[in-house]
Amino acid sequence: MEFDGERILDGINLYINDHEFLTLLGPSGCGKTTTLRIIGGFLTPTSGTVTFDGQVINDVPPYKRQINTVFQRYALFPHLDVYENVAFGLHIKKMSKEEIHTRVTEMLAVVGLKGYENRHIQNLSGGQQQRVAIARALVNEPKVLLLDEPLGALDLRLRKDMQNELKRIQQATGITFVYVTHDQEEALSMSDTVVVMDKGRIQQIGKPEDIYNEPKNAFVADFIGESNILDGIMLEDFKVKFFGRTFKCLDAGFAPNEPVDVVIRPEDIDFVPVEEGHLTGTVTSVTFKGLNYDIIVDFKGFKWLIQTTDFQPVGATVGIRLNPEDIHIMHKSAYSGMFGDYSSYSAEYDELTEDAADEEE
Amino acid sequence: MKKNKSSLGVMLSLPYMIWMAVFTLIPLGVVCYYALTDPDTGAFSWVNVTMLGEYWSVLGRSILYSLVSALICLLLGYPVAYFIAHQGKVAQKILYMLVMLPMCMSFLLRTLAWVGLLQDTGIINDFLDLIGIGRLQLIRTPAAVILGMVYNYLPYMILPLYATIVKIDHRLVEAAEDLGCNSLQVFTKVIFPLSVPGILSGITMVFVPAVSTFYISQKLGNTDTILIGDIIEKWFKQGNNPHLGAALSLVLMILVFVCTGIMNRFGGEEEGVIV
Repeated sequence: MEFDGERILDGINLYINDHEFLTLLGPSGCGKTTTLRIIGGFLTPTSGTVTFDGQVINDVPPYKRQINTVFQRYALFPHLDVYENVAFGLHIKKMSKEEIHTRVTEMLAVVGLKGYENRHIQNLSGGQQQRVAIARALVNEPKVLLLDEPLGALDLRLRKDMQNELKRIQQATGITFVYVTHDQEEALSMSDTVVVMDKGRIQQIGKPEDIYNEPKNAFVADFIGESNILDGIMLEDFKVKFFGRTFKCLDAGFAPNEPVDVVIRPEDIDFVPVEEGHLTGTVTSVTFKGLNYDIIVDFKGFKWLIQTTDFQPVGATVGIRLNPEDIHIMHKSAYSGMFGDYSSYSAEYDELTEDAADEEE
Repeated sequence: MKKNKSSLGVMLSLPYMIWMAVFTLIPLGVVCYYALTDPDTGAFSWVNVTMLGEYWSVLGRSILYSLVSALICLLLGYPVAYFIAHQGKVAQKILYMLVMLPMCMSFLLRTLAWVGLLQDTGIINDFLDLIGIGRLQLIRTPAAVILGMVYNYLPYMILPLYATIVKIDHRLVEAAEDLGCNSLQVFTKVIFPLSVPGILSGITMVFVPAVSTFYISQKLGNTDTILIGDIIEKWFKQGNNPHLGAALSLVLMILVFVCTGIMNRFGGEEEGVIV
């Protein structure tokens, strides 16, 4: 896919299975919305094909596709009330008044908006508009429902509720959901399949667990949760060397002495008494996060993030042990060295991926 | 703080308030005074108002011509406004300027130019004669008067329509396509309903100046196309009976108020939905 000669999507190869909840996850400008718009028919790819049930649909206009969309910021019709918004697609299909009434009423009940039929759109809260948008799309019983950051404008609490709601609706209807978000937690908790994208390329496709536990490169490791990423050398199968020490690990299939990225999740690290530790470091910062402490530990100049419920004061010398299952090895990639160093740690890291969601079109 | 702000607002709006009082409200009072006083004695009298009976047909014609002009402006202007609203940013500005351009020229000149085009020995008739169709009666017809109105007031239709259409969120169009609308249905179900406020304001903007216009019918029409504006002008300038002219102005003003009131009421509900 190209815009004005600039390549937006490159080598996207994606299969979406029936009845699955698939999430396109990535930072702003990674091409996830563009991908969605291609599926919806609002953009025609400059090369490649889009197939639907075995048929190439590159040139099929949106109104002829059995796909409906829940748009970013909803795009509800301001000149129609709730009922007419939901009934819109059915009117176009020239359904009988009675059938429209039955289906709209039913759908409004599903999204919890019974009694709101005659409300004007501008008199609804964000969450209610969201529900109308979902009902308006779902009432057409599409084969695929596309959702473009549908929860982006909602506050945290409402977002959690709607996540459960969407998942419930998806399971109840069996409709294939293609969901776009930049929120990794949302992606992991809702999806059957997560597609991690960056710079117009698919970085990894997999089940949420696999994406989290077996990230393919430094970008995925960093974008999905927090990661300490170190340079290492894979001595042989199940043996990796970093920080001048050799560790056992569960990974195999690398070339002997291949330079690799070593990922260690902050929550997998446990403190042990210094004399029992594989590594010894000094605590440089502690932040209380509610569930745990975020502790930054300096190991020979490389700072690690450790998430633990064990409090350690700043300045303390700590030891850590790394078990083989705590260590994940990745091939070197273009992203190596760009992520996973907490030397410039700020307690606001959680928010870094939250902003700028709206800028993407 | 707040009080300071509002008193500053009052101070800043004071010049215009005074202007309005001196040059609008007081003259309005003068018009009312003239309309309701006897031309000879200067005493209170309904005589001017009772004389208006003779002019109902002129008034009716003014309203009819203005409405027809407004409708033609709508039919001509809507596609133009729609087209402009869907161009790139730079093209929009240029086209907007082009629509405004005729307004930079004198109204009288523009109308006179049509005389040159339409008259029996005018450019159009010369051309028709040349290609063998022969000269037609173009000028001094109701159509010519309406043409003059449409030509002069078309920008007033296009500009509010453009302003409304350009503001329609493109995602609504995509949403409609997504829900199964072909391009015609997108227009009838979404774009047109959402441009109703622009249509109403365009019709008002054309109708109000058109209904009180003068000169156009004097130059392009005949004695049967005289409009109320011309009559008012006549009584003030030639007939030397400003009392009757004032009465006519007053009636016209009330009529315009009533017409725009009906229109806004009629569109009010729609607008309530949109805004």
